[in-house]
Amino acid sequence: MGGKQDSTKSESMATTKTAPDLLNSSIFSFKSLKLKTKQQELLIRVSILGLVYVLAFIARLFSVLRYESMIHEFDPYFNYRTTLFLTEKGFYEFWNWFDSESWYPLGRIIGGTLYPGLMVTAALIYWTLRFLRFFVHIREVCVLTAPFFASNTTLVAYFFGKEIWDTGAGLVAAVLIAICPGYISRSVAGSYDNEAVAIFALLLTFYLFVKAVNTGSLAWALGSAFGYFYMVSAWGGYVFIINLVPLYVLVLLITGRYSMRLYIAYNCMYILGMLLAMQIRFVGFQHVQSGEHMGAMGVFLLMQVFYFLDWVKYQLNDIKLFQTFLRITVTSAILVGGVALGVGTASGYISPWTGRFYSLLDPTYAKDHIPIIASVSEHQPTAWSSFMFDYHILLFLFPAGLYFCFKRLTDATIFIVMYGLTSLYFAGVMVRLILVATPAVCLISAIAVSATVKNLTSLLRTKQKVPQSGSTKGAGSSKASSKVTLDQSQPFQKNGAIALLLGVFYLLSRYAIHCTWVTSEAYSSPSIVLAARGAHGNRIIFDDYREAYYWLRQNTPTDAKIMSWWDYGYQITAMGNRTVIVDNNTWNNTHIATVGRAMSSYEDEAYDIMRSLDVNYVLVVFGGVTGYSSDDINKFLWMVRIGGGVFPVIKEPDYLVNGEFRVDKGASPKMLNCLMYKLCYYRFGELTTEYGKPTGYDRARGVEIGNKDIKLEHLEEAYTTSNWIVRIYRVKPPTNRL
Amino acid sequence: MKQSSVDLLLLLLALAVLATPAFSDLVLSKVERRIDVTSQIARVTKTLQVINSGSESVSEFTLTFPKFLGNNLAYLSVVHSEGKGKSKRNLANLSVRAANPKGIPDSISVYSVSLPKPLSKGETLTLEVVAAFTNVLQPFPEKISQGDSHLVMLQESSQYLSPYAVESQSLTIKLPNARIESYTKLENTKLQGYEIKYGPYKNLLPFSYSPIVVHFESKAAFAVAEKLVREIEVSHWGNVQVTEHYNVVHRGAQLKGEFSRLDFQARPNPLGVSAFRHLLARLPPRAHSIYYRDDIGNISTSQMQSDSKKTDLLIEPRFPLFGKRFLNISFGSPMIDLVTEKLIVQVVLPEGSKDISVTTPFAVKQSQEIKYSHLDIAGRPVVVLEKNNVVPDHNQYIQVYYKFSNINLLSEPLMLISGFFVLFITCIIYTRADFSISKSSATYLAKLQWDEVLATLQEVQSIIQKCLATHDKLEASLRDLSRTGDIQTCKAARKSTDSLLKDLSKELKPLLGFLQSSPSASHISPKVEELVAKEKELQEKLMAKHTTVVEGYEKKSSGRDIENRIASQQQKIIALRQEIEDLLEFIDEI
Repeated sequence: MGGKQDSTKSESMATTKTAPDLLNSSIFSFKSLKLKTKQQELLIRVSILGLVYVLAFIARLFSVLRYESMIHEFDPYFNYRTTLFLTEKGFYEFWNWFDSESWYPLGRIIGGTLYPGLMVTAALIYWTLRFLRFFVHIREVCVLTAPFFASNTTLVAYFFGKEIWDTGAGLVAAVLIAICPGYISRSVAGSYDNEAVAIFALLLTFYLFVKAVNTGSLAWALGSAFGYFYMVSAWGGYVFIINLVPLYVLVLLITGRYSMRLYIAYNCMYILGMLLAMQIRFVGFQHVQSGEHMGAMGVFLLMQVFYFLDWVKYQLNDIKLFQTFLRITVTSAILVGGVALGVGTASGYISPWTGRFYSLLDPTYAKDHIPIIASVSEHQPTAWSSFMFDYHILLFLFPAGLYFCFKRLTDATIFIVMYGLTSLYFAGVMVRLILVATPAVCLISAIAVSATVKNLTSLLRTKQKVPQSGSTKGAGSSKASSKVTLDQSQPFQKNGAIALLLGVFYLLSRYAIHCTWVTSEAYSSPSIVLAARGAHGNRIIFDDYREAYYWLRQNTPTDAKIMSWWDYGYQITAMGNRTVIVDNNTWNNTHIATVGRAMSSYEDEAYDIMRSLDVNYVLVVFGGVTGYSSDDINKFLWMVRIGGGVFPVIKEPDYLVNGEFRVDKGASPKMLNCLMYKLCYYRFGELTTEYGKPTGYDRARGVEIGNKDIKLEHLEEAYTTSNWIVRIYRVKPPTNRL
Repeated sequence: MKQSSVDLLLLLLALAVLATPAFSDLVLSKVERRIDVTSQIARVTKTLQVINSGSESVSEFTLTFPKFLGNNLAYLSVVHSEGKGKSKRNLANLSVRAANPKGIPDSISVYSVSLPKPLSKGETLTLEVVAAFTNVLQPFPEKISQGDSHLVMLQESSQYLSPYAVESQSLTIKLPNARIESYTKLENTKLQGYEIKYGPYKNLLPFSYSPIVVHFESKAAFAVAEKLVREIEVSHWGNVQVTEHYNVVHRGAQLKGEFSRLDFQARPNPLGVSAFRHLLARLPPRAHSIYYRDDIGNISTSQMQSDSKKTDLLIEPRFPLFGKRFLNISFGSPMIDLVTEKLIVQVVLPEGSKDISVTTPFAVKQSQEIKYSHLDIAGRPVVVLEKNNVVPDHNQYIQVYYKFSNINLLSEPLMLISGFFVLFITCIIYTRADFSISKSSATYLAKLQWDEVLATLQEVQSIIQKCLATHDKLEASLRDLSRTGDIQTCKAARKSTDSLLKDLSKELKPLLGFLQSSPSASHISPKVEELVAKEKELQEKLMAKHTTVVEGYEKKSSGRDIENRIASQQQKIIALRQEIEDLLEFIDEI
């Protein structure tokens, strides 16, 4: 034992002896391995980007880990269904697909009424993986498409930030956008929606365009045109690009920043982008025929006038002559343009602005004119709280970033400022457009963070050197005194900088915590599976939607027609595999109004409507037992409004009592006997939902229902899910006439 | 309709009895039959005592069933047993095959059993026959409403249908613990608890038949898998993955009228279980990564429990299954109490398996397929076994033999490694190679020049660094001097540094010249020149300091004296050094 100890001692002695040598040699090897500053910086940058790329992906996987790999929300089910069709039948079948399972009896031409970008992207990923011998299921690809593109967006954000400011801003922008809740809300795993790829395409197009303007290179402009094409194929939000870019060009023209670079970039991007966009069937000739796209064309013509004037100015060499010429050309150009626009609009060749476009510019427009747009919760004006929820610290970093941008005005910063301001306005008009504003807000905030940190650290670094030199200067006797004088010359600067830096890092860490919390709590629950906390803190899952859809799939005739409110249309066709009357593609207002009318009529009248539409089953969503508030009773007023918009028989006041919507005893008689009320509350009056409350107590609205004795004449209960959330009724065949 | 078909059958039987000659001289001295109908499967256990009363020895024994039973026969095994009572010993299974002898009417299915050894005259033999029938319990009425009890009907014969004469026979029907609606009352019929006894009946002729009908309530789940595909994927990395796809249907009475959730909830255990709520699957205890899903996702209503002996999986369908309602689920487990109409077992072997052969305890249809999974090139061989009408009695082992060399195991990791290797190599080539199309364009030339400038700058930097290092050496020699007082070594150090610095400045000259001449370095060269000038100055100052110190030592003046003399120089040196470092940093950031 002792010997052993001794030997270890001697060993340790030996190691202490050799330690300096080792140290020397290791220092030597480290020195020889030591990278140059440039390479170090590159290495750090690439590894940060790599980490951000991974982070953006995994931050969006909460829902898959917590629930399962499944599609969320309503619209994505349609996208999933079409992708499935595309991978099974091939592209041409997909392009020519006439879907008879929706909008019975009208049907829907799928290929001509959808943006195929998302489906084609997912199918391409799927085929590539198959080619590489990874036999994944198309569902997995669809579920993970959004996180994958979110990761790619961080890369684009980095390059964009680098282009408008510097690499530091680019890196910060990549980090900010990777976890920004405003973006995560639409790109978690399972939210297989158009926006998932569209934000990537949007940012890519903008980045390439700015790059083209900065370099004046045709290649970048071409890239931008292709980015625009991808965007057009993916999302209707491309209208934002085709209006923002001309607006930007116009601003540059007005502020006297016209250059050959701009001319090349815009012309190439506009012409090629327009031609490419026409290849998408859903968009078609809108680029030359619709009012929303005319601004781009006007700016294009203006650009040619500018170029022409430049040339004339160069040729004439006479200011007076040139000015008269200028006056004549500009007036005639504007006149010709105005007349062309007027004639085009009058003859109907150029369509006026659509209601959706109007409702974007004027938030009150939809409420008065298009109830179907106003009825969607994500089309409501944004509340301040949701700005705070989705942006957190970016909300006040944004103005700071604007300050920095204005301090260093270049073509690129003008672009990002315009993008930020316009998109923020639209974000205020509609909740869902927060998504479009998010990249701009992240980029501008990143400029603020990066510039601030850079200023502070440079302050710290110079400060570090000054006392050093001071101390070395005072190597003799005056060491202490010189230090004191130096510190006095710049009081508290160093401390202030440190405090500010700490503040910035604190804010950023709060931001990270907030983002994770929001993602985990608010944005990662699939709306198709509802979860609640039980009495013991355990998680209770309400899987009623799938229960009902699967029941439809297995237990109804394959040609059964299901009538429900349009919200559930996509899910019924995708999961229940049955024909629906209306669905989430709200292209035919009259048809939806017919359903709304049926739901808000008495049973006899509704029966006639349902017979005329060949309806076999009626599906309603009811939250009275579980307290699920976004059910059909709460949506009912919209059905009345939309139905009443087309059929004046339905009048909203009939369903209200003193302007109030009630379901209890005080409700209006029409309300108590309309089809929707009957279907939701059929036999509900016999059920005790909450201890200590009378039977028929509606937990979603907190009242005892007014009509407990509901008899159905033409319908019968076919199925009700275990928590009563979905109720399905069978429409009885007509009785024999006597 | 059913009744009339039975009548027709009787008529045919009567004809048959008249027409056929005695089958052989075997006599069944005692027949005991037990029919168990507590589940949806009717299990018939028969004990037959056979005596050869003829003169010739017999090696074959014939079993007969009415056709409507024979068509639904799922499982049949005949065991030859010896001894009596507790000392009874079961011997090997006897081989059974369907036979089609002449002279037997179509309404009778015939199976022939080959006896272990021919039965000679006067010898007796005891046979145990176990048969399982599916679909023989007919729901009656066929449509019931939600609250009604589920009644089923069993048709049988109170007398044992046999081509041989029977001396004594009895029949016991075991019913579930529930209501008995009605049963055919014959002589010697007794109802004891939930068991109905018929017989014993003595001395019956061959092919005697007397139909009975028992109508009773059944609470069993009539779960039938119309198709079950079981995929067993074998991996030599140490796991076996079993996936089963079930198409389950409830074969009980259909639901009539509306379904009311309220009534369903109000009575958790309704009197008549016209619907079943869950299925139980029992898995091996070490089963892991279990999933259960259908076409549209995870079946979140299911539960799993596991202990050291077993893993229980309770599959609760999304909705209660009433009659004629369908369900497709897939998960990796065997389910109990389930009848399977068509079972397909697919054994997926690793890629590269050869010489595949299968042994099964009963006859199945065999074929082979190819399946592609992750990273497969040639595909994996799949052995496909098909069998119709499967009951739990068929849970027996099958064996699949194949040859597989373990080197094949490495192919997939190697493929992945080489894939990444190729990726990195292309990255390296891309960064190293020059892909510009036009070698003479202005931008390209500028880029080349700029690269050269950067390279030169780096060389300049390294030379300056070397100079600074030699300066440090000189300083070190001075410190040594103050410690040891050895002037000679100090002078030698001075000499060596002098020559070194000279060499370095020689190296520096062409580099500076290049920087001055190159147009793209115009904004850098003044800085570089400043750097070099500063360095020269520093060098001179250092030398001066060195000489003063050395001189001081030669004159043997006091240490403080020397220090005072060089103090001013020392300050300048430090300031210069700082400036040089700042400049270096600046250049570094370009």
